[in-house]
Amino acid sequence: MKTNIQEIKDLSIGFKSQKGKQISILRNITTNIRKGETVGIVGESGSGKSTLALAMMGYIKHGLFTTRGECLFKSQNLLSLNNKELEEIRGRKIAMIPQNAGQALTPNLKIGYQIEEALRLHTDYSKTEREKKISELLNQVRLPSPKIMALRYPHELSGGQQQRVAVAMALAGNPELLLLDEPTTGLDVTTQAHVLELLKDIAKDTGTSMVYVSHDLGAIAQVCDRVIVMYAGEIVLEGPVRKILKEPIHPYTYGLLKSIPKLSLAGLPDSMPGSQPQPGNIGSGCSFYDRCNFSNDKCKVNVPKLEYISEMDTSVRCFNHSELISITSEQKSKNHLQKEITIDEILDLKDVSISYAKQGIIDQFLNKVTDTNPTVKDINININKGETIALVGESGSGKSTILKSIAGLLKTKDGYIKFDKEKLLSGDLKKRNSEDLRSIQLIFQNPDESLNPNHTVEQILSQPLKLYFGLTGSKLKSSIAELLEKVRLGAFYMSRYPRQLSGGEKQRIAVARAFAARPDIILCDEVTSALDVSVQAAVLDLLQKLKEELGTTYVFVSHDLAVVKAISDRVAVLYQGRLCEIGPSKNVYQFPSHPYTEVLIGAVLEPDPDIKPKLVAEDIVEEKPPEIGCSFQGRCPRIIGDKCRNETPPWQIGDNGNAIRCHIGIEELKIQQSQC
Amino acid sequence: MFFLIFKRFVLGLITLFIVSLITFIGVEILPGDACTSYLEREAFGEALAACIKRLGLDVPAHERYLSWAFNVIQGDFGYSLSGQMQINEVLGPRVKNSLVLASAAIIIGIPLALILGIITALWRDKMPDIIISTVAIFSMTIPEFISATLLILIVAIWLEWLPGIVIVPTDVTFFELLPNIILPVIAIAMIMTAHMARMVRSSVIQVMASDYIQMAILKGVPYWKMVFKHVLPNALLPAINVVALTIAWLLGGVVVTEVVFNYPGLGRLVIESISNRDLPVVQALGIILASIYVSINFIADLLTLMLNPRLKTLQTRK
Repeated sequence: MKTNIQEIKDLSIGFKSQKGKQISILRNITTNIRKGETVGIVGESGSGKSTLALAMMGYIKHGLFTTRGECLFKSQNLLSLNNKELEEIRGRKIAMIPQNAGQALTPNLKIGYQIEEALRLHTDYSKTEREKKISELLNQVRLPSPKIMALRYPHELSGGQQQRVAVAMALAGNPELLLLDEPTTGLDVTTQAHVLELLKDIAKDTGTSMVYVSHDLGAIAQVCDRVIVMYAGEIVLEGPVRKILKEPIHPYTYGLLKSIPKLSLAGLPDSMPGSQPQPGNIGSGCSFYDRCNFSNDKCKVNVPKLEYISEMDTSVRCFNHSELISITSEQKSKNHLQKEITIDEILDLKDVSISYAKQGIIDQFLNKVTDTNPTVKDINININKGETIALVGESGSGKSTILKSIAGLLKTKDGYIKFDKEKLLSGDLKKRNSEDLRSIQLIFQNPDESLNPNHTVEQILSQPLKLYFGLTGSKLKSSIAELLEKVRLGAFYMSRYPRQLSGGEKQRIAVARAFAARPDIILCDEVTSALDVSVQAAVLDLLQKLKEELGTTYVFVSHDLAVVKAISDRVAVLYQGRLCEIGPSKNVYQFPSHPYTEVLIGAVLEPDPDIKPKLVAEDIVEEKPPEIGCSFQGRCPRIIGDKCRNETPPWQIGDNGNAIRCHIGIEELKIQQSQC
Repeated sequence: MFFLIFKRFVLGLITLFIVSLITFIGVEILPGDACTSYLEREAFGEALAACIKRLGLDVPAHERYLSWAFNVIQGDFGYSLSGQMQINEVLGPRVKNSLVLASAAIIIGIPLALILGIITALWRDKMPDIIISTVAIFSMTIPEFISATLLILIVAIWLEWLPGIVIVPTDVTFFELLPNIILPVIAIAMIMTAHMARMVRSSVIQVMASDYIQMAILKGVPYWKMVFKHVLPNALLPAINVVALTIAWLLGGVVVTEVVFNYPGLGRLVIESISNRDLPVVQALGIILASIYVSINFIADLLTLMLNPRLKTLQTRK
């Protein structure tokens, strides 16, 4: 038995509501972190996982306070230390790697200074030793040319580089315990896989204990030895990573795992009903009672205790966990049958190029764009009626740009977008007629920002109905009620404001607003990436059902390959604004594929500790697409020389129906890719 | 970056040009002209003809604008009608007096505002904040003519410590002026400091709530070191522009305060020349006040450019 580095005993943290009631965010947390192990804390937003991680550093956010319990670091209660004593521990004994390094690095201080500050505070190095150590640390986190890097300001680095700097800063004090708060959320898939790899190596090399907080079970599966699952401020399940992910004996974890779309399983994932209760709204019984499929009357009144099951080395907070043990061995997923799509073109993108370059004064006058290397170039996509086509790629791949130009928010530089075979869509929104505008609707990523906070749901939904169909009075009201019914919300939601809705409910309203116009095409811009996994599954399910019912066409933009696989009929993979591959979604994920698709698929993290990601390409960030040659030449692991640099690759059709844009022959790709 | 500075500079010049046009056209489209409005009922016969001749009103408007603008660039604003003297001679001491008043208010007000703003932010919702913020809100909301009058009543009339109103010739020396400006400076600084302190407070609080300050705390940076290295440089950057506007407002003449205290500054000159219908002076003041605003904002932009790493590296980064 290894010694404990941190012990949390019966910890409760809460705040006082405006009515003076005490509301708990964390409730009676008891757990240990052992020396040298990596513990994952998983939960959806609002589960209290970040509050717990911060408490492990003796940090309680403004407005919160400890109601009971203690947080012992080497038998010293961090929550009772004063600031001076905490400064001695923070950064030196326990260090934090923050969620969003871009915002966690002080903008006016150079990278080198920020790392040196940590060294100066926590080590006895002399100035020259510190300078050497900075280079060493930057090298250790695999940042190129550390000398130059140290002179940069945070905003001059890419997201992945900023995250690496944060890791270097945390390592500077040589801590015994590292706390990681969602360290890879917000990074591109390939970057995320690389950062995780780095963290794993550091844990192995230095023997540091780590606490890894994340909502992403895929990331947890890759780095953690032990997992703590939190729900509504409580630990509901705790045990070794394999047991938790393969035999989840708590209904919440079971549901959570089933709601994650996976590359290996076709079709939509199962969704979990409802959402996590808000702090202060937790009923008398089990906090998961409302959403549980295995509950009985006992669960409604009695609060289950965390029970340790020795043969599984797992603690679980559920009365009925023994029932779950039998079910979890078989993992089934309902397969939604992909309807055959008839070729009936609704949208045709022909040779579309889009440029963000600012026009010079003379070009503005002549109304022409002279950018020879536009952000998006040569996009040819035909979209059929009733089809869901997904645009996939990392940030900067131009997927949202294309969406915006279909919606008319961005002018195309070259090429055209044709709607319903004959109507040419103007690049200028003002020149589109009301009918064109009605037929193409957009759903945004973040419903918090896309819904007017001062409008009720009724006002939000009445706008398209009034604008396009001139509905008024009782007709309007009944249409709104009908829409709400469609997105599985009751008519009583009408009088609510967006702030009174949960994230999933808000996105449903955004979906309802898009459908209110009875559009032919709906453009979905990362519609589920701001949502928790269980809510994401429900929204995907809703979109699928609405499509089957109404025959709408979706253009679905996402960075998440598993989500795309679950919902789409066809996938187009983009890199730097150029198409790499396009084909039926079931085939894009099979080989042969474009080397970039291969890189993307390799970097996907499955919530299974036995499936390791394959890192085949460096995660360099390219600022601009290359002027000539293949767009992926800078990072391609299979580059074959000057041909890739000088010539635009040709389209090739594989025997699986995929079109791939690559200089390497289809057969050759197949052989190379089957070898690894 | 140099291009950016150049662009701002040119934009400033264009702004000044437009202001000069507007003031000129404004004066031009008023019924009558400088002579008729100044001479009023005597605006006929020889007096009018002489006035028109002296001001050169007999040439077409665009020619007059050109020659006026050309003279202004060389620093010559023409003749004041009421004082029967060069406008430069009228302006000179006024500008000096306004400068003295403004500098005193700036030297006292700005550091005080910064310190109070930072204190209230760091001790947020605690005693120092509650007391200072309450006082600040009071001095912000009491109109300056009331606070100024109260100051005169208490300090000058009841306590008889300081002169209540400024009864000195316009062209007194600096040291003679000094005791006279104490009360006006207090009256101005009260409002200005309160406004700026509130601004600094909210800016510091915003930065204190940011992720990078939480990170600095979790990194173990000692409190005061964190305040000076991580908080203030980021919190005070947006304050530069507010400070600039305040300075411009001060230099442009604090009309109400100057009138209450009978202070011979630019603000009172504006009022005087308007009530005297001295259009050439009004015109000259228009362009001078505009120049003050433009140049101070330009300096503020320069400072922001130099201090904000985001802007500093904008052009140099490849």
